[in-house]
Amino acid sequence: MNALGFELTVALRFLREGRMQTALTIGGAGIGVAVIFFITAVLAGVQADLIRRVTGAQPHIVVKPPEETVAPLIAGGIELPRIFALQARPQRLTTIDGWQSLLQAVEQTKGVSAVAPVASGSALGIKGDASRSVILLGTELERYLRVVRLDDKVSSGVLQLGPGDALIGIELARDLGVVLGDRFRVQSAQGGSEVFRIRALLDLGSRELNRRYVYTDLRAAQSLLGIPGRVTNLDVSVLEMMKAEEVARRLRTQSGQLIEDWIQTNTFIFTAINNQNIMTTLIKVFISIVVVLGIASVLVVSVVQKRKEIGILRAVGATRQQMLRVFLWQGVIVGVAGALLGSALGFLLIVVFSHVLRDAEGRALFSLDYDIQLIGITVLAAAVLGLLSAALPARNAARLDPAQAIRG
Amino acid sequence: MASGEPLVRLQGLRKTYNAGLPNAEEVLHGIDLSIQPGEFTALIGPSGSGKSTLLNSIGLLEGASGGSYHLSGRDVTDFNDDERTCARHAVLGFIFQFHHLLPAFTALENVMMPGLIGQRRGIGVGDSLRPATDLRARAATLLDAVGLSKAYDKKPQELSGGMQQRVAIARALVQEPQLVLADEPTGNLDTATSDSIFALLRRFNREFGTALLIVTHDPRLAARCDRIVELVDGRIASDRANTPALG
Repeated sequence: MNALGFELTVALRFLREGRMQTALTIGGAGIGVAVIFFITAVLAGVQADLIRRVTGAQPHIVVKPPEETVAPLIAGGIELPRIFALQARPQRLTTIDGWQSLLQAVEQTKGVSAVAPVASGSALGIKGDASRSVILLGTELERYLRVVRLDDKVSSGVLQLGPGDALIGIELARDLGVVLGDRFRVQSAQGGSEVFRIRALLDLGSRELNRRYVYTDLRAAQSLLGIPGRVTNLDVSVLEMMKAEEVARRLRTQSGQLIEDWIQTNTFIFTAINNQNIMTTLIKVFISIVVVLGIASVLVVSVVQKRKEIGILRAVGATRQQMLRVFLWQGVIVGVAGALLGSALGFLLIVVFSHVLRDAEGRALFSLDYDIQLIGITVLAAAVLGLLSAALPARNAARLDPAQAIRG
Repeated sequence: MASGEPLVRLQGLRKTYNAGLPNAEEVLHGIDLSIQPGEFTALIGPSGSGKSTLLNSIGLLEGASGGSYHLSGRDVTDFNDDERTCARHAVLGFIFQFHHLLPAFTALENVMMPGLIGQRRGIGVGDSLRPATDLRARAATLLDAVGLSKAYDKKPQELSGGMQQRVAIARALVQEPQLVLADEPTGNLDTATSDSIFALLRRFNREFGTALLIVTHDPRLAARCDRIVELVDGRIASDRANTPALG
C-alpha cells in the first residue's frame, strides 16, 4: 500500500469503500463519454459522406476566364436619358489566354496539390434515335486524376482516354442504351461531331452528374468545341479541402482570372457542416457539464460521509493539501475510469449502429477505425474534467476543522 | 530541546469559540501548565470543564486565542494550519475515546497510516523519510506488542472495542512521539478491558519514555497516574503529584 503514496492509496480505498456510489458515478460518466464518442463518429461519417457526394466529381477550385460584361457608356456631366435596363451579353464559350504558363503558376501556388487543363462545353450525346444533352469535358487524364479521383468512381471498365475514347456516367449510358465498349456520337453546339468508344462507366455520386458527364481526351474536346489548342478552365485540387477559400484568395491576387472554390459554389454544405459542428460542440459541452456535476455531487456527499475519517487523517498528521489531493485524485480516477468505460461503450454503439445507419448507397455511414488518439484525448480530457469536478468537494474536505470533524 | 525545557509549556492559554460573534464563549481562561518528557499525567474534571478543548489545544488540533504554547522547546502559538499539522505529526500521538480507526483499512494499514502520511513529505522534526519496509515492520512490531499479532489483516469492524483501541494505541506510537494525548481511552470499555488498555499505556510509558496526557472520568484510572491535573470551568483547580497504588 505504500508504493502509491498516501493520497492515491487513500483515494482508491475510499472509492472502493463506497462501491455502489463509485460504480454509479463511473457509469454516469461512461455513458456521457460514450454519447460524445458516438456523435463524433456519426458526424464525421455524415459529413465525409456529404462532402464526398456533393463535391465528388468537382475540383476544389476552378480557374475560369473572366466573364464578359457590358459597361454602360455614360459621359460625365451631361444629362442623358435614364438607362432602364442593361442587357447582359450572352456568355460565349470563352477560353483562358496563355493557359500553359498560368497552369505552371497555379501549380506552384502554396496549398495547391494538382492542376489539370480542361476544355468543356455543352454537347449532344447521340446513339441511334436517342439523344441527350451532355457536358463534354476534355482533359489530360493523368493530370485530371490527381485533381478529381475518378478511379474510385469507376463502375465498370478501365480509365483510359486515348484519341476516340470516352468515359460516361452510368445514367447517360442507360438513357442512350449503350454498354461498355459501345460507340456513340457526340455533337457539339458549335457543329463538330465525332464518334467515341466507351471505355468506362462512372458513378459520380449523384443522378444529375451521372446523366450528364462525358469525359474525353483534351484534343478531341478542343476540336469538337471549336477551340483548338485552348482550354476553358483549369481544375485545381488543394491539399486541405476546408482551406480551399484561402488558396482561392491567393490565386485571385496573382491572376486576372475568375476563381471559384467549392465552398463558394456549395455554400450551403459549408454552412450546414459549420452549423452541425457548432451544435455538436454545444451538445458535447453540455454533456461534459452534466458529467462534471454528477461526479461533483457524489464527491460532495462523500466528503460529508467521510467527515470523521478526514478528521482522523488530519489528526494523525495529514495536511490540508494532502486531504485536498485525496479528493482530487478521486475525481481524476472516476473521470478516467468513466472515459475508458465510455470508450468501450461508444465502440459498442458504433458497431451496433454501423449496421443500422447507412448512407444513400447502403454503405455504413461511419468506419470502425477506432482512433487510438481520440481515446487518448478523451481520457486526458476526462481526467481534467474529473479534477474540475473534485475541486469544490476537495476544498470542502481540506477546510474541515479536524477537532470538529472528530467530535462528530 | 534544551535540557530542563518541558515538553509542553502553556502560559496563560486562552481559547474562545466563535470569537467576535455575539455567541462568543471563552472555554479556557488562562491555563498555565507544563508537562515534562516521560510524564504520565491524568487530566480530570467534570463535563464541560474544557478538558477536551485543552487536549485539542495541546494536540494542535486547534489554535489558541491567547497566551502562549511551547512544544518541545518551540513556540507554536502562532503556527498556521500546515505548521501545526507537521508539528503534530512529528511530536504527538492521539488516542480517541471511540478509537477512530479508518474502516476502509486493515489493522496493520491503520497503524502504518501516520508513517504513510509523512513518507513523501519529509518535513518537520523527526519526520524522517523511512523506507516503506521499515514502516511495515514497525507497525507489525507494535501490533505484536499490543497483542494483536493475529489481526494484521482484519478490518476494524471485525475487531472488538478493546482490540480496536489497541490498534489505536499502536497507531499513536508508530511515529515514536514524545507525547501521546488520550481522550477517554477506556471510556466505552468494560473494566477488565480498561485495565488491560491502561496497563498497555503504562508499559509504553516505561519502555519508550513516552509522555502521556490522559483525559479520564474514571477516578480509578486517574489514581494510577503519576500526576493528576483537575480542570474546573476552564481553569486548573488542582495539580498534584500522585503515587500510584499499583502499576
